[in-house]
Amino acid sequence: MASTEVSPKTNGKSFESVETVVLRFCGDSGDGMQLAGTQFTNVSAAFGNDVSTLPDFPAEIRAPAGSLSGVSGFQLCFSSHDIYTPGDQVDTLVAMNPAALKTNIADLKRGGTLIINEDAFDKSNCGKAGYDVNPLDDSEALAGYRVHRVPMTRLTRDSVEGLGLSQREADRCKNFFALGLVYWLYDRDPTATREWVTSKFAQKPNVADANLKALQGGSNYGFSTESFTVHYAVSPAKLPPGRYRKITGNEAIAFGLATASKLAKKPLLYCGYPITPASDILHELSRLKNFDVRTFQAEDEIASMAAAVGAAFAGSLAVTASSGPGICLKGEALGLGCITELPMVVINVQRGGPSTGLPTKTEQSDLLQAMFGRNGECPLPVVAPATPGDCFVMIQEAFRIAVNFMTPVILLSDGYIANGAEPWKIPDLDELKPITIEHPTAIEGEPFHPYQRDQKLARPWAVPGTPGLEHRVGGLEKADVTGHVEYSPANHQHMTEVRAAKVNGVANFIPQQEVDGPESGKLLVVSWGGTYGSVCSAVRQCHRDGKSVAHAHLRYLNPFPSNLGDLLRNYERVLVPELNDGQLRLLLRSQFLVDAQGYNKVQGKPFLIGELINQIDSMLEDNS
Amino acid sequence: MSMELPVLTAKDFASDQEIRWCPRCGDYSILAQMKKVLPTLGIPKERFVFVSGIGCSSRFPYYMNTYGFHGIHGRAPAIATAVKLAQPDLSVWVITGDGDALSIGGNHLIHAIRRNVDLNIILFNNRIYGLTKGQYSPTSPLGARTKSSPLGSVDNPLSPLCVAIGSEATFVARSVDVDIKHLMSVLQRAAAHKGTSFVEVYQDCNVFNSGAFYYASKKDQKPQNTVYLEHGKPLIFGPNNEKGIRVSEMSRPEVVELGSGISEDDLLFHDEKAAEPSLAFLLARMRYPDFPEPMGVFRDVDRPVYDQGVRDQVQQAIADQGPGDLEKLFNSGDTWTVE
Repeated sequence: MASTEVSPKTNGKSFESVETVVLRFCGDSGDGMQLAGTQFTNVSAAFGNDVSTLPDFPAEIRAPAGSLSGVSGFQLCFSSHDIYTPGDQVDTLVAMNPAALKTNIADLKRGGTLIINEDAFDKSNCGKAGYDVNPLDDSEALAGYRVHRVPMTRLTRDSVEGLGLSQREADRCKNFFALGLVYWLYDRDPTATREWVTSKFAQKPNVADANLKALQGGSNYGFSTESFTVHYAVSPAKLPPGRYRKITGNEAIAFGLATASKLAKKPLLYCGYPITPASDILHELSRLKNFDVRTFQAEDEIASMAAAVGAAFAGSLAVTASSGPGICLKGEALGLGCITELPMVVINVQRGGPSTGLPTKTEQSDLLQAMFGRNGECPLPVVAPATPGDCFVMIQEAFRIAVNFMTPVILLSDGYIANGAEPWKIPDLDELKPITIEHPTAIEGEPFHPYQRDQKLARPWAVPGTPGLEHRVGGLEKADVTGHVEYSPANHQHMTEVRAAKVNGVANFIPQQEVDGPESGKLLVVSWGGTYGSVCSAVRQCHRDGKSVAHAHLRYLNPFPSNLGDLLRNYERVLVPELNDGQLRLLLRSQFLVDAQGYNKVQGKPFLIGELINQIDSMLEDNS
Repeated sequence: MSMELPVLTAKDFASDQEIRWCPRCGDYSILAQMKKVLPTLGIPKERFVFVSGIGCSSRFPYYMNTYGFHGIHGRAPAIATAVKLAQPDLSVWVITGDGDALSIGGNHLIHAIRRNVDLNIILFNNRIYGLTKGQYSPTSPLGARTKSSPLGSVDNPLSPLCVAIGSEATFVARSVDVDIKHLMSVLQRAAAHKGTSFVEVYQDCNVFNSGAFYYASKKDQKPQNTVYLEHGKPLIFGPNNEKGIRVSEMSRPEVVELGSGISEDDLLFHDEKAAEPSLAFLLARMRYPDFPEPMGVFRDVDRPVYDQGVRDQVQQAIADQGPGDLEKLFNSGDTWTVE
């Protein structure tokens, strides 16, 4: 796998070529680890590697310095072939302090590279991390790893000497020192980072200069010292031809919303309230005002949902985004959207719950809330993107369903794909599916009926300002066709059935479910949402090992694709891995009477490929 | 196509729905005055939108032949804000009650007002929950005996106008359901104001809180218990205009008899354009029975309007950056090509 060459450019050090590397930066919340990880991702993506990232940060902006709870990490996988996850085990770990070492060392591969800021390993920091003995003095603790003790704090200070920085300012540059060192280790071109620093600190040239010097200092350290005897190259991946950029799920949603607005030729009105991990959608959109994107930062989650309903009534593309706790508060107004049969999209970037739960960690535990979390019979279509880039596609699809069927649609993203990044092939605008909207106008001599339905059972979207179509809608039960308030028993039965039939009819509008692997056989793995990468990687590894296992990844959760029931019955067993306690499994079992088995994890972390392969293996063995 | 607007009448604004308020409810009068006011505004019928919450008053949109949205409890200001952001040229009216606006919807009310969204918010204050059949509301007086307060309410009430003024309202007014001409003129003033117009209407719930406002509406009681505000004029009231309001050196209002050394010049002169809201607040704090309660426009000042600000930013962004170009957006930042 690795080939070795010796070149004079490398100061006599050997140069190895590797396919895939998993790298993790970890340190204190204030150590700039997210920044270092993002920069490494950017230069690797621009170099042509496939990349996948997992930012992992605490809920507190700044937990006490040096504490275990304040550790912030950024993991990325970069590769010369296509990858779907940020990796199970870490090849190279950069630990900026004892707390970071303590909380991350278990994920480092045996024999992996460990780069430590030894200056941070004083008695006090070791104590805060719960080390009785300094792990650097403990011959047992770090045996089995390739340990590089680097006096980063001191070397960073030396690098920036003479620039007139305070010691505190100088110390803040040490993430760039660490970054420079790993850039050298993996033969990265630092140009893009240098440009970023210059532009970011344009108003503070001495800070820019200091960070550049620290970056160079780190690189020089790797090149010059004998600590590192090898460095590595990871060739560009063979991705499909095209122009690429890096994208996170939240960015992709913002881009997708701007695109939906263009396709529909309608202004977008985004109504939101700040909440982790959905706020970045608001931030991104608020910069796109020249797309006629209007953003309304409401006073609370209830207002933002009610405003989305009002925006839809007034003819805008209406959207709101939140996370679990906020979605709870939106429930009543979302029901109003259902009964008034207006098109809008509600994005839930899921996080660990219940209540405030794990604000910065991922989970898939709001599926049943999306399905049933409102009063009354209140069915709504639900879709879920599979990857960061897929958010771009599925948010448009959500709007396509919303305006075609005159209904709110829920999109379930999660913290993992919202913050995670991957290379994104910039789409050809001519190849995007259209979003077609028709508003009625008055017909002379004919009364307007706001609940007169078309073949899809959708009612007309008559917009205020249109002469002759004045009408009233609201939360009270409506008579079909006329839309008048109507409480009669038969009418409520009828309207409940019509609303359900309309949503079920979406199944005829969406693609059939596809399967990766054999069309029938021993085992089908069914997944949904952000677990796509891990499940896909695990199943493909099983294929390579000659096992009979297939994978169906659902992006449409309500209604399910119309062939799903038949498809499930083509396999002897069904495994449903989810980052919850078995919510999709419950739906599959109740709807299709299949004996689906779950593999469930709620640790705020994505699945490891390895644990899924183990589960698949045990299901296959169990079956034979 | 003729550019002339058709001449509308009150009848054009009546919907085909049967009105289901209790007989003699104060809401009937407010509905009637609204239907008379709208045709005077020079706005095409299709550009009116009525948004409401939940409660007796909130059935109002069903009885108007305009675009209407009967929302959920308390949320009408939020719904209406988005209607205005989506289509700034609409004339948007929020119809709400004391429970809807000040209890469950208090948060939305204060934020709509402080943003100065161009809405006309008409609060029907009957000091009781009528639709749910007679519980005390956030404007019920201390001691009010209701179904949920058989021993008398121990909840201190709040004043809708004080809430509005505290939320930096740019237009604040009060009228009474049966004072037909005054109510019409107040509604017209509210419609003319750019920004949030907040109007409290004393409304008689003749079933659960009958006569709550007789002191301000009955012919024999109204003159001594109310004072009608006019911009630039002194505050004079009483059956024979014999009394006035003076502000003491301690900046407190006091009732004085005219004559015997006190002339009109000594009285408080109303200034609805005052930059500071302290006068409006002082007036809003004047309560029966200690004072005559002011009626009319308390405050009417100009401040940037939220929906206009949102629209201006979009137009500025388009002027500065050009209309949004997806190709350019997607290719911004670091990109690379795979051959």
